[in-house]
Amino acid sequence: MLQEIFAFEFMRNALLAALLSSVACGIIGTYVVVKKIGFISGGIAHTAFGGIGLGYYLGINPLLGVIPFSLAAALAIGLLSKKAKVAEDTAIGTFWAVGMAVGVICIGLKPGYAPDLFSYLFGNILTVPSFDLWMIMLLDLLIIAVVWLLSKEFLAISFDEEYAAVSGLKTTALYLLMLCLIALTVVVMVRVVGIVMVIALLTIPAAIARMQSRSLPGMMIRAVVLSAFFSICGLWLSCLLDIASGATIILVAGFCFLLAHSWRFVRLLPGVLPG
Amino acid sequence: MRPPVIACDQLSVDLGGVRVLENVTLSVGEGDFLGLVGPNGGGKTTLLRVILGLENASAGSVRVFGGLPGSFPGRIGYVPQRLFFDREFPISVRDLVLMGRLSKKKLFQHYNTLDRTRVDEAIHAAGLERLIERRIGDLSGGELQRALIARALAGEPELLLLDEPTASIDPQMKTTIYDLIEQLKERLTIVLVTHDTALIGRYVTQVATLNVTLELHEPGATAGRESLAGVAAQNPVFLNP
Repeated sequence: MLQEIFAFEFMRNALLAALLSSVACGIIGTYVVVKKIGFISGGIAHTAFGGIGLGYYLGINPLLGVIPFSLAAALAIGLLSKKAKVAEDTAIGTFWAVGMAVGVICIGLKPGYAPDLFSYLFGNILTVPSFDLWMIMLLDLLIIAVVWLLSKEFLAISFDEEYAAVSGLKTTALYLLMLCLIALTVVVMVRVVGIVMVIALLTIPAAIARMQSRSLPGMMIRAVVLSAFFSICGLWLSCLLDIASGATIILVAGFCFLLAHSWRFVRLLPGVLPG
Repeated sequence: MRPPVIACDQLSVDLGGVRVLENVTLSVGEGDFLGLVGPNGGGKTTLLRVILGLENASAGSVRVFGGLPGSFPGRIGYVPQRLFFDREFPISVRDLVLMGRLSKKKLFQHYNTLDRTRVDEAIHAAGLERLIERRIGDLSGGELQRALIARALAGEPELLLLDEPTASIDPQMKTTIYDLIEQLKERLTIVLVTHDTALIGRYVTQVATLNVTLELHEPGATAGRESLAGVAAQNPVFLNP
């Protein structure tokens, strides 16, 4: 079975995509979970669909369209919610829908049928071209470099933004940079699980990893491993059962999330029950 | 002559259209220990936030170490109310205290041996050696409070600002925290915001009551719980403004 899998280039690419995307996903997902910015990350991801539409309309690789678009979305949502007198969830919700709308209009303007549109929304790990793999790898390296350089600053703003400000950090700039890294992670994940389901893979591995971790680096490593495990399991199951890969990965992750929490619940139960 | 550590001159602060501080004039000199008491909503925390540069003055001026608030983060240690962060955050006591070294480091700079030495010293001063690897979620309220004080000390501050360090801690623990603070007053300038009017009289060199406006009491030699209890009794607003 294994040899058969590796005999195909698309299978090798799929496995590589699963492993490479897990790196960004576990590291940035850790910040998303501890800083509780899941909704804002979902907003950035969905707004990014506008970039896919734009890239498609201009006839370039849609991933190249997503990068500037999602970075702009991250900055706009971040600034609007921090500086303007707009409730954060209103700002996010607005961008969420407007980004999707821009994407739909752009795709509609381009004559002809958009065959792989579905794969951007829901991912298709079996059709990742080599160029995209290179890009995912580059973004991984960029994310690792920034997180390594700014680890103490990111820890400080995640834990207590006010204390970070008192310590002399430029918290708004750091927060916007963090949102930009989330935007780049969204780009990495689009091929694997698609825009609609990115948020699950950003949060679930990190949320499970947090249960056992005493430090952010420890949590990141666990989240990367879990994310790779979910992606590869999902990929394998989807091949076995001939079902959609992105959705299968999410279901595997969701199932493990429930399992981890019910296991914790069962373990705590004797303490709760009398006697 | 060196400028006072904190100098507020006719300071007023409005937050969301409400006047929280009015005409506050205050001077804290080197080595002073100021106790700030007053009702909830009286502006105690706001005054600390102005000193830290987190809120701006609407009128009047504030100078900290002779400069604008926020100019010298490395010289101030801040112990916030411990309710404002996630107790489930995956961080050990050591890494929490290490955060106190932030103000001494430049952007991109990683912590080094000196930082770790200062952290060990601060943890020793707070008596937390046994808990150094413990996750903060597993600490008791009093232990967490000590860890937050250790974090402030790790930055080698000259001025220590403490916001309700004994709120929601059992009475026995309160005394140990005050004992710790008493050791620190030998070498630091301290501003302490608190509800414990009965307890602080033993420790502070001056007391101010803050209820939008500030009233300074100089307990001097007669400082004691009696005079402070008197302050509380004369201020029925202690219940609420």
